[in-house]
Amino acid sequence: MEVKVNFISQEKLNGFSVEEKLEFILKEVEKGQILVLERGLTPEEQTKLIEMTMREVNEKFTGIEMESYMAEKQNFWQKLFGKSRARMTIVGPADKLKTIYKDKDVIEAVIMGRK
Amino acid sequence: MGIFNKLSGWLLSIFGKRHVKIGIYGPPNAGKTTLANRIAMDWTGEIVGETSEIPHETRTIQKKDRVVIKDGKSSLTIDLVDTPGIATKIDYHDFMEYGIPEEEAKKRAKEATEGVLEAIKWLDNLDGVILLMDSTKNPFTQVNITILGNLEARELPFIIVANKIDLNGSTPATLKSAFPQHEVVPLSALNGINMDLFYEAMLKNFGKKRK
Repeated sequence: MEVKVNFISQEKLNGFSVEEKLEFILKEVEKGQILVLERGLTPEEQTKLIEMTMREVNEKFTGIEMESYMAEKQNFWQKLFGKSRARMTIVGPADKLKTIYKDKDVIEAVIMGRK
Repeated sequence: MGIFNKLSGWLLSIFGKRHVKIGIYGPPNAGKTTLANRIAMDWTGEIVGETSEIPHETRTIQKKDRVVIKDGKSSLTIDLVDTPGIATKIDYHDFMEYGIPEEEAKKRAKEATEGVLEAIKWLDNLDGVILLMDSTKNPFTQVNITILGNLEARELPFIIVANKIDLNGSTPATLKSAFPQHEVVPLSALNGINMDLFYEAMLKNFGKKRK
């Protein structure tokens, strides 16, 4: 049984607009890929991804499993100039990726491969 | 700030009266409609919608306008918006496990996806949010974290409610320690436990004029 996980660097996603980034993620997930994003998504991006996913849900594609750590505490300057962003995001098809435990600093997930 | 705003702010601080639109958000089966019904029954004598143990029972927005919440000193008029549960996945097979026939299950699943979209869209129209979590479950779910992150980014006033404290296995303290920077009200919407604390929190958090 082989399970493929793609680790996506910050540099790769930085080259995309928000729309392009989310389309890329969703397209990959619909193909059955599991992605680990080095730089997590902002809450707004996560919401947009949920919206895009809901438009794609059908009898075969049931949606996504997405997990992120909560955003790091921001200092004054980050609050002023930046957006709160998850430290890392893992996203995959709901029928392949299942979170079994999560707390502030630990995400425990199982990946179901084809037998 | 104009003189009118200053004056109205001053009057509000004295009389504490405001009309706001408040949404109830959370994952499916957290008890959103049960809480909406409890609030509406307590103050208007009517319910907002039907409840059920089947997830995504609420698949469209349900509203109850002009619910007036009062304590001895102040009052707050709210348009209450009960939203469909937010989820990242919807599988029609899950409905079939509750004995719903396949075709009906598929229809429900489709409606549930539309409900999620509608709930997210409504975030743009609200003055405040009640974020409802099930205190018998792990609070660190992605849905909870995503909604919370959105509320923080939008700077919308909100209260976190740890629902279902009447059930065995409820650990509202876990929920409080998960979100220490936010107000968490433990309650049972079903049995009406701690509703006085909840209304107090509503008056305090939603009665203030937003900056």
